Amino acid sequence: MRPDQPKYKTSEEVDFVIIGSGAAGGILAKELSTNGFRVVVLEQGPYLSESDFTHDEIKVLHEDLLTNHPKLQPNTFRKTPNEKAKHQRALVYGRCVGGTSVHFTANFWRFHEIDFIERSKIGAIPGTGFADWPITYADLEPYYTKVEWEVGISGLAGASPFDPPRSKPYPMPPLPVKSSGVIFERAARKLGWHPFPTPMAILSQPRPGRGACANCGFCLAFGCEVGAKSSSLASVIRVAERTGRCEIRPNSYVHRIETDATGRAIGAVYFDEQRNTHLQKAKAVVVCANGAETPRLLLLSANKQFPDGLANSSGLVGKYLMLNSYATAIGLFEHPLNDYKGFTASRVLHDFYELDPHKVGFYGGGGLDARFDFTPITFAMGGYPVDGATGGLPPGTPRWGKAFKDAIRYNFARTMRIGCHGTSLPLEANSFSLDPELKDAWGLPALRMTYKNHPDDLKLATWQKDRALELLDAAGAQKKWHDPIEEDNFAFHLLGTCRMGDDPKTSVINPDHRAHDVKNLFLCDGSSLVTSGRGQPTMTIEALAFRAADRITALAKRGELSA
Amino acid sequence: MDNALSRRRFLSHSLTGLSSAWLATHWPAVVAAADHARRSAQSATPSKFEFFSPEQATEIDAISSRIIPTDDMPGAREAGVVYFIDRALTTFAIEDRKIYKAGLPELQAKVRELFPAVEKFSSATPEQQDEVLLSLDQHTFASPRPFRPRPDAQTFFETLRQHTIAGFLIDPDAGGNRDGVGWKVIGREREHMFQPPFGYYDKDYPGWQPPAKDADKK
Repeated sequence: MRPDQPKYKTSEEVDFVIIGSGAAGGILAKELSTNGFRVVVLEQGPYLSESDFTHDEIKVLHEDLLTNHPKLQPNTFRKTPNEKAKHQRALVYGRCVGGTSVHFTANFWRFHEIDFIERSKIGAIPGTGFADWPITYADLEPYYTKVEWEVGISGLAGASPFDPPRSKPYPMPPLPVKSSGVIFERAARKLGWHPFPTPMAILSQPRPGRGACANCGFCLAFGCEVGAKSSSLASVIRVAERTGRCEIRPNSYVHRIETDATGRAIGAVYFDEQRNTHLQKAKAVVVCANGAETPRLLLLSANKQFPDGLANSSGLVGKYLMLNSYATAIGLFEHPLNDYKGFTASRVLHDFYELDPHKVGFYGGGGLDARFDFTPITFAMGGYPVDGATGGLPPGTPRWGKAFKDAIRYNFARTMRIGCHGTSLPLEANSFSLDPELKDAWGLPALRMTYKNHPDDLKLATWQKDRALELLDAAGAQKKWHDPIEEDNFAFHLLGTCRMGDDPKTSVINPDHRAHDVKNLFLCDGSSLVTSGRGQPTMTIEALAFRAADRITALAKRGELSA
Repeated sequence: MDNALSRRRFLSHSLTGLSSAWLATHWPAVVAAADHARRSAQSATPSKFEFFSPEQATEIDAISSRIIPTDDMPGAREAGVVYFIDRALTTFAIEDRKIYKAGLPELQAKVRELFPAVEKFSSATPEQQDEVLLSLDQHTFASPRPFRPRPDAQTFFETLRQHTIAGFLIDPDAGGNRDGVGWKVIGREREHMFQPPFGYYDKDYPGWQPPAKDADKK
């Protein structure tokens, strides 16, 4: 399957070194190598492929086959900056070639026009960093289309009256509807809402070297054995490799970006699998390490010239972390849905994308989807890496014995979930930073997460949860319940920590994804986002990556990246 | 049905874009994944345990059989859960050995405290066994919570409960859930791929239609 790659020497100055091979890194690798540049991608995780993927819940969920490992990479958490952070697992992200795109849900709706200009529309929100983006939906539209066609997105154009304008239809039809989707669609229409087929980064039709979705049911959190899930691994990385100019170097843990006396980046310092240190030289450095590891790497790269961390003259590296508001309601139905078959979410609605703050009393908006995101084990007892009480059984179900067995026997095939995804506001105190005490297995400062939800985010979650319960009522659920709405202390979506902007005082990168402070350093991943969108950020991260590749290529061709 | 075969059939049918060389390299991994527990469970006489003594295994089997009892459908015993746990304690759950080593004698002490005439858990009646386990389980009911990190500190009962559920419901190819009986209980078909319609509510779905105009006006 894998074409021969070039093997660059670390002493050879390649055009670009890209740190991270996930949603953004994979696309930048493909675009820059296709444009004729020599590229090395340093990925901290292993190079796994379809033959390594498995439905073994222990290997994938308990042993972190595809994800960051809490023993090797411990975290700390605190709610506010005055507290001492406690050791706990605080986040999960993909740690393998393809990054989080290997195991993601693959919900791939576009951001809407409002997401980029919302600050202008509704005004400042005191105490927050709520801001407009320096780019608009129209700037990004061609790149959303590019994601849909090049990475492979299934969907139905025009199915949602709330969708932003698009220049092209989807390249392939939506995936089949699930029973949860039919229940959701019928109930939502009863309520006057507008459900539509969920755009998914999963192939409904085969492409060369990739199968169409086989509906195996081990989708969210798992790697796809048939290459149907449109991860960077299954799509763009293989294109990058076929250029003959791109080397994907796995098991390479970058922990410093080296700069010279003039303040230019000269390459990336990393540990190989045997923990030997190397410096890969490059004309320019592109960091796509995710919204936690990108700011951490900049902070780890502090030196005399950049005492507060690289590209951090604004002091905002790691700050304005946003996780996306989330709530969930669960319903039990009379007949088997068998929602364990197939991908996660087949219907979604955007009627509440833009709520009027004067009417609801808080800022925010979101989307609701019909989903089944349990595996047999997580249904019965909750999931890894998160605590075991969140499974698919209703409150009050005994946790063992005959009544427990009766519950899993009756409920498993009859259950669906409604996911409520929404905005979270950027607060400066919410951040990733370096823990002053705890170290990882390589002796480097561990990631410390500081997070306390803005009250509006919790109000939105509560409001959307009530809509989800209303929908389950309209659907005639035998039973319905919801998880309590509480402040977060665990992160899935890692957004906003090196935000984009025109002003170097209030942002870390410019609209070309170029660090304000270092002219040959680019950052592109969830950290670039200015606002959180309404959940499902990966589509936008990938559109940004395609756009960034165009901007970086133009700069390089104008000679602006040379010393 | 041989579950490895069902997976092979799945692979050969669905991966038309992939080469036979890919399948050849894939195949050994699939075989390797179906490990100890399934082999042990399938052999006529159980192979020896790697971690538990035969006596300990009898007790663990008895406890897990109260966590997921056998009724008109198979329970933890028929799923070979004790073999899964034995294997777990030599592989992914090595760190839990101390919990088992300390926990089992404590549980037996509890048996004798509550029922002085009973020598060990496995010789108690099911009602007595449940009473012993209820005395250990502080959190009898499920209580939904938002996503939270998993706590490290686990009691013997909680560890055994989780291992039992995992051994009952894991993909049978991954070394537990003997003959897929756990999936039979929860109504999960043992196929590696599925085609729509999937369930009751989508079987007569006519295909996506835009909403009717009058409904749209609301």
